[in-house]
Amino acid sequence: MDINDARSIITVLSFVLFLGIAWWAFHGRNKARFEEAANLPFADDDDDRAALAARGSTTQGKAS
Amino acid sequence: MSTQATYNYKVVRQFAVMTVIWGIVGMLVGVIAAAQLVWPQLSVVEWLSYGRLRPLHTNAVIFAFGGSALFATSYYVVQRTCHTRLFADGLAAFTFWGWQVVILLAAVTLPLGFTTGKEYAELEWPIDVLITVVWVSYAIVFFGTIAKRKTPHIYVANWFFGAFILTVALLHLVNSCEVPAGLWKSYSCYAGVQDAMVQWWYGHNAVGFFLTAGFLGMMYYFVPKQAERPVYSYRLSVVHFWALIFTYMWAGPHHLHYTALPDWTQSIGMLFSLILLAPSWGGMINGIMTLSGAWHKLRTDPILKFLITSLSFYGMSTFEGPMMSIKTVNALSHYTDWTVGHVHSGALGWVAFISIGSIYYLIPRMFGRTEMYSTRLITLHFWIATIGVVLYIASMWIAGVMQGLMWRATNPDGTLTYSFVESVKASYPFWTIRLLGGVMFLTGMLIMLYNTIKTIAGQKAYEAPVLAPAHA
Repeated sequence: MDINDARSIITVLSFVLFLGIAWWAFHGRNKARFEEAANLPFADDDDDRAALAARGSTTQGKAS
Repeated sequence: MSTQATYNYKVVRQFAVMTVIWGIVGMLVGVIAAAQLVWPQLSVVEWLSYGRLRPLHTNAVIFAFGGSALFATSYYVVQRTCHTRLFADGLAAFTFWGWQVVILLAAVTLPLGFTTGKEYAELEWPIDVLITVVWVSYAIVFFGTIAKRKTPHIYVANWFFGAFILTVALLHLVNSCEVPAGLWKSYSCYAGVQDAMVQWWYGHNAVGFFLTAGFLGMMYYFVPKQAERPVYSYRLSVVHFWALIFTYMWAGPHHLHYTALPDWTQSIGMLFSLILLAPSWGGMINGIMTLSGAWHKLRTDPILKFLITSLSFYGMSTFEGPMMSIKTVNALSHYTDWTVGHVHSGALGWVAFISIGSIYYLIPRMFGRTEMYSTRLITLHFWIATIGVVLYIASMWIAGVMQGLMWRATNPDGTLTYSFVESVKASYPFWTIRLLGGVMFLTGMLIMLYNTIKTIAGQKAYEAPVLAPAHA
């Protein structure tokens, strides 16, 4: 097997891997965990307002 | 409670403020270089001649302005979405001071004429060594923070920031392979067309990972935050990420069309550049559609205007890029001002706009406020910058196509219709319009500086408490 066969195999494997990632991303089973991840920026949502407002007093934020 | 842990806002604050400062410095150098093209007599001393100012401009806007914005936002986003303080405070402080020293060394050595001659990698080997040390520290701080996260998921913005950090390390190490010949002189490890290919593998991935992946990280955090709704499709963002990773690496050869580079390599570069349109537009649509159902916010919120307009420019320049990579189009566009227009559509319209929007979000929060001193001044900044970009890119499109057509025009007997200097002469009006566009963009940055100073004045630095992740 010469090196060009290895190059072709890598290319095909990369493409198959990418298709696998796309399938995994859009598989119904993973819907909930992706929704959870999408809301990560808002897991500390009230910090901006609550903690900033409480600034100067005993700041503990609002750890819900 | 005094035991309450806080986020490391200090390093974010330092980088955020320096983003504004370096933006003004880098764009001022750009304006001076643009003025020298209109009035060559402005080139008075060799240290400030066009050939030395041009790399100073590109290094300052990409690595000083863009770099500071990336450090600031990545350090902020990774802490906030991992619900933990930054890993290794001392090392984080070192990345700030180390990066500032790199910028200062660039500002001294480039005007003195010390350069490797590699575009966007001009800095000589001692500075390359320092960049490597700072960058490895950056990677340790960033991935160390990811490792001690309190959340089960790694938010998509961090994937983009992480890819940017890893890839830039790889690019820098490979392309900066050089043999020192004295303190401020070195020779590349590569020769001939291999050297050119390594350089543009670096150069295009600097665009793809420094100027795109990192700023997409900003998009995936600050657009949802400012719009107050999660990203349109998280699944699309996963596919967007991996599609970019799999394709960007191969697009570099389009910088070397019709050169000594083998023809098949050029064709592969063109093909992968065309494929890149899909993930780029997928990402743009994902960002813009995040606003779906909240379009009215665009009317009143100038920060959102900056963020969403940046995505429109991202879409424009990622359509234009693949088009220009087509060999027959490139035969017209290459070496003309069309390329300069394309770069600035991406650099000003996309990179600078998303950075400015993100920094306007960050600065008040770094000082315990929720808003900048003046929202009206942000609106003014937005419009003056937008008109500036449009003037810049429209004049460069016209100049570029005109230059390309003049250079290829032939008489019936096969001789060239125009001499080169005739195309230079014809370009003057457009270079003047470009200068005007650049001055407007710089004016916007000065407004931002004033607004920043007024926001900070009299405020104490603020460190927000680390919160346990809320379960929605």
